[in-house]
Amino acid sequence: MRIGVFVCHCGSNIAGTVDVAGIAKRALTLKDVVHAENIMYTCAEPGQAAIQNAIKEKKLDRVVVSACSPHMHEVTFRRCVDKAGLNPYLFEMANIREHCSWIHTDMPVATEKAWEIIKMSVAKARQLEPLYSNEVEVNKDVLVIGGGVAGIQAALDMADAGLKVTIVEKETTIGGVMAKLDKTFPTIDCSACILTPRMVDCSQHENITLMTYSEIEKVSGYVGNFTVDIRKKAAMVDWTKCIGCEICVQKCPAKAPDAFNAFLEPTKAIYIPFPQAVPKRAAIQVDHCRWFTQGKCRVCERVCPADAIDFEQKDEIVTKEFGAIVVATGLEVFPWEDYYGEYGSGKIKDVISGLQYERMLNASGPYGGHVHRLSNGEDPKTVVFIQCVGSRDESVNRPYCSGVCCMYTAKQALLTKDHVGMDTEVYVFYIDIRANGKGYEEFVKRVQTEFGVKYVRGRVSKLYEDNGKVMVRGTDTLLGEQVEIAADLVVLATGINAAPGAKELAQKLNISYDEFGFMKEGHPKLRPVETNTAGVFLAGVCQAPKDIPATVAQASGTASKVMGLLAKDKLKTSPMIAVVDQKNCVSCWKCIEVCPFSAPEKQELRDGTQKSHVIETVCQGCGVCVATCPVNTIALKGFPTDAILDQIEEVLQS
Amino acid sequence: MAEVNNNQASGAATQGAAPGAGAATGAPDRDVKIVGIVCNWCSYAGADTAGVGRFKQPANLRLIRLPCTGRIDPLFALKAFEKGADGVLISGCHPGDCHYSEGNYYARRKFELAERMIHHLGIPKERFKWTWVSASEGARWQKVVTDFVEGVKKLGPREGKAL
Repeated sequence: MRIGVFVCHCGSNIAGTVDVAGIAKRALTLKDVVHAENIMYTCAEPGQAAIQNAIKEKKLDRVVVSACSPHMHEVTFRRCVDKAGLNPYLFEMANIREHCSWIHTDMPVATEKAWEIIKMSVAKARQLEPLYSNEVEVNKDVLVIGGGVAGIQAALDMADAGLKVTIVEKETTIGGVMAKLDKTFPTIDCSACILTPRMVDCSQHENITLMTYSEIEKVSGYVGNFTVDIRKKAAMVDWTKCIGCEICVQKCPAKAPDAFNAFLEPTKAIYIPFPQAVPKRAAIQVDHCRWFTQGKCRVCERVCPADAIDFEQKDEIVTKEFGAIVVATGLEVFPWEDYYGEYGSGKIKDVISGLQYERMLNASGPYGGHVHRLSNGEDPKTVVFIQCVGSRDESVNRPYCSGVCCMYTAKQALLTKDHVGMDTEVYVFYIDIRANGKGYEEFVKRVQTEFGVKYVRGRVSKLYEDNGKVMVRGTDTLLGEQVEIAADLVVLATGINAAPGAKELAQKLNISYDEFGFMKEGHPKLRPVETNTAGVFLAGVCQAPKDIPATVAQASGTASKVMGLLAKDKLKTSPMIAVVDQKNCVSCWKCIEVCPFSAPEKQELRDGTQKSHVIETVCQGCGVCVATCPVNTIALKGFPTDAILDQIEEVLQS
Repeated sequence: MAEVNNNQASGAATQGAAPGAGAATGAPDRDVKIVGIVCNWCSYAGADTAGVGRFKQPANLRLIRLPCTGRIDPLFALKAFEKGADGVLISGCHPGDCHYSEGNYYARRKFELAERMIHHLGIPKERFKWTWVSASEGARWQKVVTDFVEGVKKLGPREGKAL
């Protein structure tokens, strides 16, 4: 056996705390190691060339690169050794950066640890065998989960490129949060005017199938071949008949909460969220319908001209197959009422969230765009905005910046002056102004100077009602003074939460998420739209808070990544899978019981006996069966048991 | 075969990673060695996240990467103790978050039993830990490693290799 060891300096990232030249020299003392060198940057072109030269000149049959995490560059180096004629699975990576030089400061200690990590990798390398990939057919249909602007953009891009796309949206209409916004910053474009044409494009596109009022039930399979169960929720209305005329909504006698209008005013038990809904179809909120709660009424059924009402409708599970999945589940507004007792917990009528104010401003909202006090209907003379509510606030476990509130507050402050009059007093309490997009800083300046919105730097400590006003008590940290303002209307710049159910969905998709429910990208810089599960991609706020331009840009990036993946007719599968040595198999079928993917099957041999056999293209290589097999006759390629034991032994030898 | 519990050694042992810090009457004069076995998708990546964030940790841990905690045979931990490990740390994805859907559930059942068996063999339970650290939990990884290493250092190195 001829092993080559390459120790990377990574500039000073590793060499700053690890004696790389010293351990490269020491590596030559290890059994089977015939070549060792230290290289400034192994991943750079000269570094890769040095590895390839050594493979050829020294006839290396195993390569260990001691550098960063395999999550960073394992693929890079597998490709590198492959090009030099070495099977890519005869390569092993020793992580002496993330797991050593970056977490230790003492050079002798870090060097000794790096040395042991390399010894372990060499021990594992000795046990490696050449492996060969299989190929599987690729299904070219794409599932987009979430029909907000991110999902719409990604779907349209992919559909235009010829891929068949299914959008699954849990509400009855696509459009997401953007459809609820009145105007968009910094251009003051009408949000609906730019979004609704794209919604219509989705519904009319020959390559797009809309499945609204539907949710993901179950996901199985793997890249190129996912099988997804989709729950089509019962709308109690036959959508093949419904024409969206809204007569049922007008005649329905039962009130119900209106989520689309941020619960400002009730809607009806049978509802269509907004006039430009796509598809424009009615649905019944059964918890509020008189027929379902009291057993009488059925007014909608009588007035429907299309005979579309179906009180017997049941949820339906539809199973579809896809090659790739785009997650675009977006956000919910931070539920501030549950966290901010000092702001009245939602009990003060004239204290509302940012999204409620959007609906109040909106001409097709419940008030026709009339800005007024919810307590008495009068026009407000003094309006106070409070920023960072549920954002940059560790006391409510939201340390992150929601990124959009500074800008939407500036926009709403401007619109207040526009709707109510320039003589309206408008104050904004802020911590910092974060206006780092194109034209954003200029917009905030314009709101301050041209529109005379008064910005007060400081937090508001308390809101309380007094004499028909909302008293706003806070600090002006620039003046170093307490301030108190008698406001008619207070708008909270409520931050962004991950969408409800985001964690559960991530679990169904086997992708990672953080403590706040935002889904984890493959790499924050280099793989921002991929996840660590091949074939599952992210777009929009489900990954992290971002504004509309960033969301749309990311969604197009995601679409291009999916198109790149599905441009291939076949995909290579990982050869690091389980394989059964059938001569020792005792046919206990425990492997079949434990496998999450149903990869092992009973195979009948020529002598008529049945033995376990792992279907190569189905196995995902987790190794659960390997650890379960009572006779140790299943091996996991790439992670042989002997290699694991040798690594343990190597650590404890010295 | 139960080993001496060198609680008194804790003061010196927790000071630093330099060899010899673990010296105490009856215990070998060396620093503690800990074998870590982690899954590729959550805890190995969590350790990466800790590294990227420069979350400093004691240098006593050596990690072995496997695809899933479901691949871990409890015998790996016993093997490590047999070969002289002072502690064994196992970590995977949080329940519900397994990259392979359910590998960590199988792992959990095994480790709950293994934990009792290891204790029964005379190895204090502070020397064996299994837990969950996700790919985004760099700070949690730092805490898990630091706390575990501190706990093992309090006990000091194990005498001899035998179980």
